[in-house]
Amino acid sequence: MSDPQTALGGQTASGLVELSEATPRGMISLRGDLNDATLKSSVEKLTGTEFPGIGQVSAGQQSAACWMSPDELMIFVSHQERYEALTALRDTLTNQHVLIEDMSDARAIICLKGDLCRDVLGKLTPADLRASILPPGRLRRTRLGQVPAAFWFRDETKAEVLCFRSVAKYVFDLLEMASSGPPLR
Amino acid sequence: MSARLDAIGHRIDRSKPLYFSFNGKRLKGYEGDTLASALLANDQMLVGRSFKYHRPRGIVTSGPEEPNALFNLGEGGTFEPNARATTVRLSEGLAVRSQNHWPSLEFDVGAINARLSRFLPAGFYYKMFIHPRPFWKHIYEPFIRQSAGLGKAPVDRDADRYEHAYAHTDVLVVGGGIAGLHAARLAASAGADVMLVEQSNDLGGRSIVDLASLDGNAPGDWVAETARALTSMPNVTVKTATVASGIYDHGYVLAEETLPASNGPRHRLLRVRTKSAIVATGAIERPLSFAGNDLPGVMLASAVRDYLLDYGVSVGDRTVIVANNDDAYRTALALIDAGLSVPAIIDARSDGAGSLGDEARARGIRIETGSAIAKVKGTKRVESVSICHQAGEGAVIDDISCDCVAMSGGWSPAVHLWSHCGGKLLWNDGAVAFEPGPSRPPTGANGTQNVFAAGLSVASPADCLTSAHDAALAACKALNIDPSSVSAPSVEAETTQPTSAVWTMPHGAGPDLREKMWLDFQNDVKVSDVQLAAQEGFESVEHVKRYTTLGMATDQGKLSNINGLAILSKELDKPIPDVGTTTFRPPYQPLTMGSIGGEARAHLFQPIRHTPLHGWHDENGVMWEPVGHWRRPYAFLQNAETVEEAVAREVRTVRSSVGLLDASTLGKLIVKGPDAGKFLDLIYTNMMSTLKVGRCRYGLMCSENGFLMDDGVVARLAEDTFLCHTTSGGADRIHAHLEEWLQTEWWDLKAWVLNATEQYAQIAVVGPKARKVLEALGGLDVSREALPFMGWVEGSLAGLPVRIFRISFSGELSYEIAVPANLGHALWSRLMDAGQAHGISPYGTEALHIMRAEKGFIMIGDETDGTVTPQDLGLHWAISKKKEDFIGKRGQMRSHMMAEDRWRLVGLETVDGSVLPDGAYATGAGQTENGQRKMIGRVTSTYLSPTLERGIAMGLVEHGPERMGEILEFPKIGGESVRAKIVDPVFYDPEGKRQDV
Repeated sequence: MSDPQTALGGQTASGLVELSEATPRGMISLRGDLNDATLKSSVEKLTGTEFPGIGQVSAGQQSAACWMSPDELMIFVSHQERYEALTALRDTLTNQHVLIEDMSDARAIICLKGDLCRDVLGKLTPADLRASILPPGRLRRTRLGQVPAAFWFRDETKAEVLCFRSVAKYVFDLLEMASSGPPLR
Repeated sequence: MSARLDAIGHRIDRSKPLYFSFNGKRLKGYEGDTLASALLANDQMLVGRSFKYHRPRGIVTSGPEEPNALFNLGEGGTFEPNARATTVRLSEGLAVRSQNHWPSLEFDVGAINARLSRFLPAGFYYKMFIHPRPFWKHIYEPFIRQSAGLGKAPVDRDADRYEHAYAHTDVLVVGGGIAGLHAARLAASAGADVMLVEQSNDLGGRSIVDLASLDGNAPGDWVAETARALTSMPNVTVKTATVASGIYDHGYVLAEETLPASNGPRHRLLRVRTKSAIVATGAIERPLSFAGNDLPGVMLASAVRDYLLDYGVSVGDRTVIVANNDDAYRTALALIDAGLSVPAIIDARSDGAGSLGDEARARGIRIETGSAIAKVKGTKRVESVSICHQAGEGAVIDDISCDCVAMSGGWSPAVHLWSHCGGKLLWNDGAVAFEPGPSRPPTGANGTQNVFAAGLSVASPADCLTSAHDAALAACKALNIDPSSVSAPSVEAETTQPTSAVWTMPHGAGPDLREKMWLDFQNDVKVSDVQLAAQEGFESVEHVKRYTTLGMATDQGKLSNINGLAILSKELDKPIPDVGTTTFRPPYQPLTMGSIGGEARAHLFQPIRHTPLHGWHDENGVMWEPVGHWRRPYAFLQNAETVEEAVAREVRTVRSSVGLLDASTLGKLIVKGPDAGKFLDLIYTNMMSTLKVGRCRYGLMCSENGFLMDDGVVARLAEDTFLCHTTSGGADRIHAHLEEWLQTEWWDLKAWVLNATEQYAQIAVVGPKARKVLEALGGLDVSREALPFMGWVEGSLAGLPVRIFRISFSGELSYEIAVPANLGHALWSRLMDAGQAHGISPYGTEALHIMRAEKGFIMIGDETDGTVTPQDLGLHWAISKKKEDFIGKRGQMRSHMMAEDRWRLVGLETVDGSVLPDGAYATGAGQTENGQRKMIGRVTSTYLSPTLERGIAMGLVEHGPERMGEILEFPKIGGESVRAKIVDPVFYDPEGKRQDV
């Protein structure tokens, strides 16, 4: 099997913040009844973290579960283990009305690092980025420039942007431009 | 003569000289100067020419209300027209040119218009250029366009960049004067998130020039201390050089920030969402209407003192003050303090001023009460003024020689932002001004007040601070937070006499004087013009504005509005509040188009979607075609071939050997659940629930009205799982369509939808040698038996995890291979390598379109345009008769949708083998009721077929399928016609043998 070629080939840039494309990551889309106990426990078992609350990312060392909508989760696992994780989930939820698909290649992840992550994102998204509204661990689905995107803060100096693979270049260029101007205040 | 004085001017830094050029002349200013103050310091009184009469114009104001001092700045990529000298911060090397004159600012041929002013009254253009009618288009309009506009339009691409920034706050304070500063501190101390924006570079507003003390100290100390306190609070953002442009619904505010010169953006457009806005925008001084009030050297009294105290610039040595209020006396006192002379204060009020008047008298200044200026004398600048009684008709009592006239007609609160979102105004007779009406404020989404006025009244500084205090308390209350105990600073009290309503000077001025009284300096609207409009029957202030162009200049009536409507009210014998104001609309000040566009320019103008193979295409001679936001290869050019040659080669390669197509943009929706089949039976016109696992079926989707809106191949992946392919442009739209039906109508159906379009790269391997190429890669049995036509398999091909669909859009043996997107490039490369032996070639969308047209396959967007049904296209076979219902079924049962004479799909073959023009119409016998030729059909797709070596086309024709063999006539642009025979739409391999091998 070949090495996966991500949308940006690991592109990096620096300015107000350090930008870099994340290394390949396993991303599994799950649609189902998020109140179901079996579903919850199997997700928790897979990610090794608590089931996420509304709008939350529940992150562990390698994996995470992101609340995307009242009936959709995105699960991060290591890239190598994505097929095993997919099979494991499908097997435990075999009797449920769920949809579980590997979507690892559908999106690009761009990491922001530095003290001014909120300034850079604040030039591109209409979302309220005040730390009181968007603390670390909260996922925000919104837009960046003219395309849909989501982001969350791991901590005050580390944020991750998720966008569709086809617009990864546009989003990276947007972030790089925003990162090259002066801070917001 | 205007000049720089020693020792005054707190805004400039004399240790930092800056050099700039004006009309090629090198001039000197200082850091902190505005362009206006620097020009005045260099005795540049004449700054431009008015729009209509080309009258000489000087600087009138010191702020954003300036109507005259507009310049072309910069050159090439940094050129900017109509820049206001009063708001442009001086910078080293700034190149400035004056506007609207020829050949030069000093000698302007257009000034002849001033001599003709008697023949150019209000409405002149409307009256003059209406007859004879044809002259408008060919003579008048080109001529008027030639002379329209003040500045030149930029020619080069803007070299600067711009950005947007979003902000969310509890309280936005507009205005950094004492009212704004106090309100901001009060709200911020209470714990609210506060953003304060100030249009100029400095905080404090007029207080520093106008007030003796604040809290017993110099006003500047209080301002600096308050600013320090605000900026040290983590919940406060203070932005200077930031102009609030408009307040919109739901607390949305736009503001343009000018950033310091650097490699970064020039302007930043702030897009603010605020729970409450406090408008502390102060007031704008009004000119007085006396004859000759437009001469260079006649300036607002506040501006004269700003230039003196802020920048150390004296506008003249001898300044006559003319006013109807006490405030202008400050200018007289400041000038005397600076050692300049004030020959007289002409006060239109018979009682004169209060304590400031006493002070002036004590300094020995001559005060003429109940007096007026009859006329200002001079040609390009003020030389003297003639004095008369305000109550009379203008008989001259005395002449006073002077080189500057400082005028003040009172102050108008800057109520623009209050008014943008529905705040109403009340006329205050005592203050002679419109003020915010407290009973009808702007309201937010929940119906309660969300914009609060702070100090928007013509009142004492103490009253202004009280109003700001109350506004901040009200904003806190609206936010449901306890207010802080910050108190307003104390101000020394003054006794004042009220402003009097003086609309012309003198009161009984005759026509000779009135036609020299300017209301709108930029657009040359005079008192006589407004009076003429009223006489001609214009009663609405909005109509008078458009008839006379009053307030339509780039300052948008900041100086002229109130004076103009007061003249109108007098002429109509109606009180001022009954006449009302024109509508205040955003932007408060012009903002650059660059700011509005923000980062969306050049490579960020529009997002361009890349398939996983984009990079390969780019390196291999691709010619791109935009498909939605995607870029798809139109064709791949080799060596020196033309596009047509490349397309023909690609078609022949596929038909004879094998080609590769990047089909990644196709929509891929996964539908899963026990009711997935039932759901898709409702979505598609044909039956999907009967599809076997491992098989594919072509399906059609219609809108509720029965019109065809999308098509594609559905594969059944498992008992409860389907993969629905959509058109490239339809992926997001159809995904939303499915979700909408599931969420709003069929929420009881158990089916999930996932848009997996971008998860896969999809590559079509097409042509008689396609199987050989796949076999060379190895790993999967792709024989006819293992993978028959319209089947799919999953497995490993060349070590890559793939799903292969045997579907064909070209009529050839064809495999569409889906692979995870990150492996797309790897698969493509291996296919290219394996195909070398067979002369494999990538092909683009044009070859794809030609081959599908040769096969008579329809294309969404070509054969359909939202008014075409599947039946029109002869696709009856794909419409289930067994199903109880599907979206579009009832629509298709309506009489017009069943009508015999609907235009239906046929093939068209030109008699001479040429290519029919795209979109051409076929004409029938007779005429329509509009006297036009009757149309009986149109071309929907037309190509030169490299396979058949002739033009082929498809079209929709009335009774088309019943008219096989008939010849139709298609007129071309230019008059000639093309004749084409109606034929079967399938031109190539009608039995379909080639795709099923």
